Formats: sequence, structure tokens, C-alpha cells
Amino acid sequence: MSDVLAAGELRLLAGTEQGRPLDFAGHLAIHGELSLPTKRKDDQWRSAMLGAIEASGLTGRGGAAFPTAIKLKGAMGWKKRPIVAINLMEGEPAAQKDSVLAAFAPHLVLDGAEVLGAILDAAEVVIAVARDNPGAIDSLNRAILERSGTKRSRVDLKIVSPPGRYVAGEESGLAAWLDGADARPTFRPDRPAILKVGGRRAYVENAETTADVALIARHGGQWFAGAGGGLGTALASVSGAVFESGVFEVPLGTTLGSIVARAKPRGRITGLLLGGYGGTFVGPDALDAPWSNDGLRPYGGAVGAGVIVVFDDSSCGIAEIARITQWMSHESAGQCGPCAFGLPALATDLMLAANASSSGRLENRLTGLLAAIDGRGACAHPDGVARMVRSGLRVFAADLAGHLGGRRCAASSSPTVLELPKNDEVLEWR
Amino acid sequence: MALRLRVDPIACDGYGHCAEIAGELVTLDEWGYPIISDEVPRRLVEIAELAVRQCPRKALFLEKFEPRR
Repeated sequence: MSDVLAAGELRLLAGTEQGRPLDFAGHLAIHGELSLPTKRKDDQWRSAMLGAIEASGLTGRGGAAFPTAIKLKGAMGWKKRPIVAINLMEGEPAAQKDSVLAAFAPHLVLDGAEVLGAILDAAEVVIAVARDNPGAIDSLNRAILERSGTKRSRVDLKIVSPPGRYVAGEESGLAAWLDGADARPTFRPDRPAILKVGGRRAYVENAETTADVALIARHGGQWFAGAGGGLGTALASVSGAVFESGVFEVPLGTTLGSIVARAKPRGRITGLLLGGYGGTFVGPDALDAPWSNDGLRPYGGAVGAGVIVVFDDSSCGIAEIARITQWMSHESAGQCGPCAFGLPALATDLMLAANASSSGRLENRLTGLLAAIDGRGACAHPDGVARMVRSGLRVFAADLAGHLGGRRCAASSSPTVLELPKNDEVLEWR
Repeated sequence: MALRLRVDPIACDGYGHCAEIAGELVTLDEWGYPIISDEVPRRLVEIAELAVRQCPRKALFLEKFEPRR
């Protein structure tokens, strides 16, 4: 497993090998001082920093993989000073990386937030952590307190805690909450989307991307691109049918199989869900693929938010897909008809398929429902469900055929691999 | 530049007036929400505009776009 980072090669998680969080002194010992400009709008520093991020090739680690330098360049042209929001909402139940960064390397995230704030001359920088994640909130609050005594902080950092719902971490949902409304996605016909908070444009950045910016600010773009064949490292959250689920920092392009091996799979792997619950199922043939967007494209997959869920022959793929769909339907914000009505209908029909209690026409019914929800919401929530279900039904096609023929598979009554968090009983959006 | 109809899916409550007025451009899904065709041909622009005006939720709008040929 030569393509897995040795302890000494960790970047984001450097110094945390012993499972010890880095306090401010430890952080400085590992990463060194970060030099920030002493005056506002230091144009020389800003263009040097933008150049470094451009040279690094860094792309957003929240899922969209958009080049960070292009996004920043656009925001540097905004007329008013923006609000910068660092997104640690971690709505993906199978993702753990925001929590791991907050717990073990909080100062790296805060450094990155300061750098982004300075590049964009932000009016305000907020760190958004879901309110049902008190561990992350405590850790970041402690870290902010540690830094405040050092006279080092030039940017005020404030933690805010929106409700921890799946779509509350979608950037328009987060911006809506920051603007005083419910944490539900909004309709944005413009491309790129315009997000506003208190009359200012909002720049929302993923936590891992922000931490990467802190590293690039110290070591430069060339250094960043020196791992992963020019792509840098990324955090993989591996869970499911494994003995040791966890977050692993690996160079992008590392073989999917070698990442999964670190989590110690339990049985014979039958499929993997990549990206997130709204991601793509791939078959075990993809274990040989490089874990990067280019490497996964032939399999229809993408790195997305870094989620890798492993499924094995101990559970029924169709039952797993049905459960994820049901969970995702509860997490719909309920604003758009096709999502509010289509997701529960889809979940019901998938449950029927999982229980092999369906009529032969179910396959057509599923195809029709998927077409009716895909691309028809204000946000990508229904699209993600459609992508997950379509790819899952492909990967588990043999199981589906059996179920539709009235044969329950041996595993349909076994517990599902995926431990789904309970959907909130009371819908809380504010 | 061509024209297309778009719907704000949050504002839309599925009244279905658009499908009544502009049946060539809009069909309804099984829950009554509009499925909109890609491009509004020139001869249907007035009908599309009428559908936009008549939407009780003001959820429908026309926008210019570059069609993929």
C-alpha cells in the first residue's frame, strides 16, 4: 500500500497521528507561523495569495470540485465587502471530515478562514457548525479563545450554529439561515448563484477547502500540487461494512481499494456508495480505480464530499437503497412539489421492491418516478437521490431482477449496513 | 438566443393554469406540477407570456438562453 500516506506525509491531519488534537502551540509547532497582511486590502499580498491558490490547482472539497481560484477571483470583484461563511455543517451522515477537522486541526480551519477573509476583505467571517454537533462547536470555540490571547488574529471569527439538517448545509440553505430565514435552500435562477446575507454577497467555503488554503498560504501552490499527481490530498470518510470506519487523508488518485483496505472491510464487497447519500453507487470493479474525479468518471462516480460507504454480501443492496431514499425523503425541505411528493413515492416503491411484494410493472414505475424528480427542485436534493437510486439499481441489478421476480434475496431480512441517523421528529429549520 | 419557460419550483403550488393555457409547452406530472419543454417556438411566445401572467403564484417566467444545437 505504497500509495497511502505514511504518518509523516500527512498534511491536513499532520501531528494528529496519536489521536491527539492540536492546540495552538502544537499547531504552530507542526505548521509554522502564518503571515497575514497587517493592513486591509493589501493588494500585493492578495494577488500573491490568489496566484498560489491558482498554482495549487485546489478544487472545492465540498462536492462540486469547482476551482477555488476561479471562485475567489469572481468574489474579489464584488462591489460590497462580502460575508464569508465556512461550512462545517456536515449534513452528509456518512461524512466525518468536518468533525475530524474541527476536533483535531481546528486552527488550520481558522487560519484558512482568516486567509479567505483577508483575500476577500470580508465584512464578517462566520464558521457554521450544525447545532447538533456540540463537540465541534466546543473545539472551535476553544481554539478561537486560544488565538484571541495572542494578538495574532486580525479577522474576527464567530461561530454560528444552524439546525443540523441535510439540506441546511447546502450553500443557499446556509445563506438563507444566516440572513434570518429558515435554513432551507432557495431558488437561484442565476448562474453562478447569487447568495445574499444582510444585503451583502455571501462567499461560502467548505471546511476542508478552507484548511487547504491555510496550507497553501504557508507552503505555496507548487507544494500543494506535489501530492496526488498535482491534485493534492483529500479526506476520505470510509464507513459501512468495515471494521474500522474513519477519516483518512490520502493523495487524490490513490486506488479506491487501498483506501477501503485501511478501514478493513468485513465481507465480500458488493458495491460502494461514493460522494455522499446523493452520490453514485459503483460496483467492486471500481476498487481498482484511482480515487479522483478523472479516475472514477468511467465508473460514473466522483469524489464528491469524500464519502465512501462499503456494502458487502451481508445485506441486500435494494433494501439499502430503499432505506437511504426513505431517509433522504424525510430530509427534503418540502418546498418543491416533485421532491416533497416524489421522494416518499420513490421510497415506498423501493421498499416494495426490497420486500419482493411488488407487481411486475414496478421497474417502469421506478423509471418514471426517477424522471419525475430529477432536476425538478430548487436545489439538487432530488437530483442526488435520483443519481443514487439509478446507479444503485444498476450495481444491484441482479438483486433487483430477483426481487421483481418475487424472490427475496437471502440478505433482505438482515440488518442494513448503513446506520442511518434518526430523522428529527420535530422539523426544525430556524 | 431562444426563449424558454422556467418555473420557480418553490413558489409553484401546482395550480396547473400553465398547462391549461399552454398545453403545447407544459404538461403536468402525477402530482400536478409543471414539466416544461425546452424551447418556446416563436409562434407560441404570446401563449407563453399569457401563462406567465396568469400564474396565481407568479412562479412562471420566460428567460433567454443559448440553445444547444
